Amino acid sequence: MTRKQKRLSVIIAGLAFLGAAAGLTFYALGQKASYFYMPADLAAATVQPGQRIRLGGLVEKGTVVRGQGATVGFSVTDEQKSVKVTYTGILPDLFREGQGVITEGAFGPDGVFIADSVLAKHDERYMPKEVADGLKAKGVWQESKSQ
Amino acid sequence: MVETGHFALVLAFALSLVQMLVPLVGARTGNRRLMAVGGPVAVTGFALTALSFTALATAYAGSDFSVASVWENSHSLQPMIYKITGTWGNHEGSMLLWVLILTFFGALVAAFGGNLPATLKANVLAVQGMIGAAFFLFILTTSNPFIRLNPAPIEGRDLNPILQDLGLAIHPPLLYLGYVGFSICFSFSVAALIEGRIDASWARWVRPWTLVAWMFLTGGIAMGSYWAYYELGWGGFWFWDPVENASFMPWLAGTALLHSAIVMEKRSALKIWTLLLAILTFSLSLLGTFLVRSGVLTSVHAFATDPARGVFILCILTLFIGGSLALFALRASTLTAGGLFHPISREGALVLNNLFLTTATATVLVGTLYPLALEAITGGKISVGAPFFDLTFGPLMLPLLAIVPFGPLLAWKRGDVLAASQRLMAAFAVALAAVLVTGLFIDGASVFAALGVGLAVWLVAGALTDLAVKSGAGSAAPAVMLRRFAGLPRSVLGTALAHLGLGLTLLGIVATLCFGTEKILTMRAGETVEISGHTLRFEGLFPQKGPNFTEDRGRFLLISDGNADGQITSAKRFYPVRQMVTTESGISTLGLSQLYLSLGDEGKDGSVVVRLWWKPLVTLIWGGGLVMMAGAALSLLDRRLRVGAPSRRRKPAAAAVPVGPT
Repeated sequence: MTRKQKRLSVIIAGLAFLGAAAGLTFYALGQKASYFYMPADLAAATVQPGQRIRLGGLVEKGTVVRGQGATVGFSVTDEQKSVKVTYTGILPDLFREGQGVITEGAFGPDGVFIADSVLAKHDERYMPKEVADGLKAKGVWQESKSQ
Repeated sequence: MVETGHFALVLAFALSLVQMLVPLVGARTGNRRLMAVGGPVAVTGFALTALSFTALATAYAGSDFSVASVWENSHSLQPMIYKITGTWGNHEGSMLLWVLILTFFGALVAAFGGNLPATLKANVLAVQGMIGAAFFLFILTTSNPFIRLNPAPIEGRDLNPILQDLGLAIHPPLLYLGYVGFSICFSFSVAALIEGRIDASWARWVRPWTLVAWMFLTGGIAMGSYWAYYELGWGGFWFWDPVENASFMPWLAGTALLHSAIVMEKRSALKIWTLLLAILTFSLSLLGTFLVRSGVLTSVHAFATDPARGVFILCILTLFIGGSLALFALRASTLTAGGLFHPISREGALVLNNLFLTTATATVLVGTLYPLALEAITGGKISVGAPFFDLTFGPLMLPLLAIVPFGPLLAWKRGDVLAASQRLMAAFAVALAAVLVTGLFIDGASVFAALGVGLAVWLVAGALTDLAVKSGAGSAAPAVMLRRFAGLPRSVLGTALAHLGLGLTLLGIVATLCFGTEKILTMRAGETVEISGHTLRFEGLFPQKGPNFTEDRGRFLLISDGNADGQITSAKRFYPVRQMVTTESGISTLGLSQLYLSLGDEGKDGSVVVRLWWKPLVTLIWGGGLVMMAGAALSLLDRRLRVGAPSRRRKPAAAAVPVGPT
């Protein structure tokens, strides 16, 4: 094989790889990325039951109910709307009423959000960035909450 | 001491400016005296940075709360080990560690680079000086660890409890040695571009540095993964978190670089590609630093968010990546292309490896940056997690893993796939047997699980085949084979060991994901639970007091065949200073597998939520990483790569090199 042919074959192979990877990436971004919503955003968006999303907000005070076994129910609120969530498992250590939280999962047919993971703040100073930004956008952010 | 450290840091910055300018001018004008300035300056810069770092560590060890960084991240009641590791458990200190390692590598080039052509050495040190200058300036202007507080507070605000762990002593230094180690490859590449000349001796120099950096990065990632596994209490070993990806991308690109540098050294082909990969690998390290340190991502790694820092690192990023790529575009064509090879050959296999690895890096890059880009452009927030990477990264990795055993068995220039396949028949048979045994005899094994186990066994058996073939298996007597095995070049052993480690890691991942079991339940004292053949009895919660925390320790008795066989404890810790609760998971290692237990909240009736996992062969995930590190270390001991060895070889050959030392 001449140098030119070799180079051409490498370039073609490289492009084939890139093409395959790009195809996979676009498909996966369309199918597998989960969007972040605050409770008040849900009215405007069309989220089907079963579609994976991330739901963020504050854990509404007085709504945390320990149910059967390790199942916990609570509401996530952005102080405009709130959504009921159930979760089975161990809540993060920094999960507290009135604190920021991100849950990931999908709505069940009854409109209750079934979370399979719950993320709370990373430490006592920071709230999840998405939640902080969302609350700021809705005008319910108080600077004191960041401290 | 603190002011001494501060002053040393400023001096180190000044020296880095000298280091970036004087040798460069010297190399341009051919002035040997100016070129020779680089070495001593680099060593002195390292000494000053080390002094500065020691000063900060001393302030931390002595709980000097008049230093703002110490006040924010330490407490007098912390155990000494966490006081010291707390030095880099915060933004400012970790950046100081970053430049400490950068100057350390620069000093190593200065100390051991005696046999390098003078202009190349001068240029390498100058580029190293540029990187240093940028980061010293960053530290001094936006992240100064030596800022004093007046009046000094009496007590500190404690280190983030999640970081109060031995992992902090190991993970960041290893990771940085890897990340920053690639700066040497970068500097060599840029220096080669400045000179417009690159030859096999260049590759002989760059390959060991790549190996060193790769070895440490492998260790850093494996250690980080294990730390997250036991500390977070979620039982996962990899979350495809952007911060993890930030360290994984340089690792993938670095792995590609490691392989292409072999081709360049042995066959002087792929020169330009190797150079580009070296630039890209360090660029990804810089990108990782930006993602983690700028605060664009909220994570346990982003200690504090300050927009000025983000903008500054973004400028550094643009300058170095943009600058080096522009230089590449201008100068790459002046470098001569290398030797020819047939597509089916060792070189061809390594090119294929590079194609797979770089595209895989690209998919991880897209998955990591796309959410940031989308948010910046449309404001929409998405999260890209495991499902995305399973679909993109997975399909690219599987074929690569499948062809790994072929590579080392192909000859240079022109290989014979058929001969290689024949030699791999035994390995293939073993792998097939593994698939069948897994599929038929293990309950609940899916087709994927069986194939996954088969692939892992294929990698391990392929690595062993490589060694057997090279020792003359089949044709030589056992005694001869043994002698040949002992005489194999260390780099051959290192390659086989690294590929074997990869197989072990894969086996651990497949076994844990496919055969692991999980239970979530509430337990009262005295109750028992069974998981995958192991019985655990909950003894109860026992309050205890640590140096700077209180904890409720849940004790579980492990019972096998009716006899007590050990104990697992998991605790909920409360750190009063930060008003923070952490979970200490309980892990019992049984053979290569682990029983993992994590404690949840206590109910009103005294019952406790318990999450239990049986994780078969899980330790292989990190054990495989250690084996890969050992492979890299063994390769480094190879005669031809040993520091100093090139000089013995190069001197007689110097006449053949067109622009040798004159």
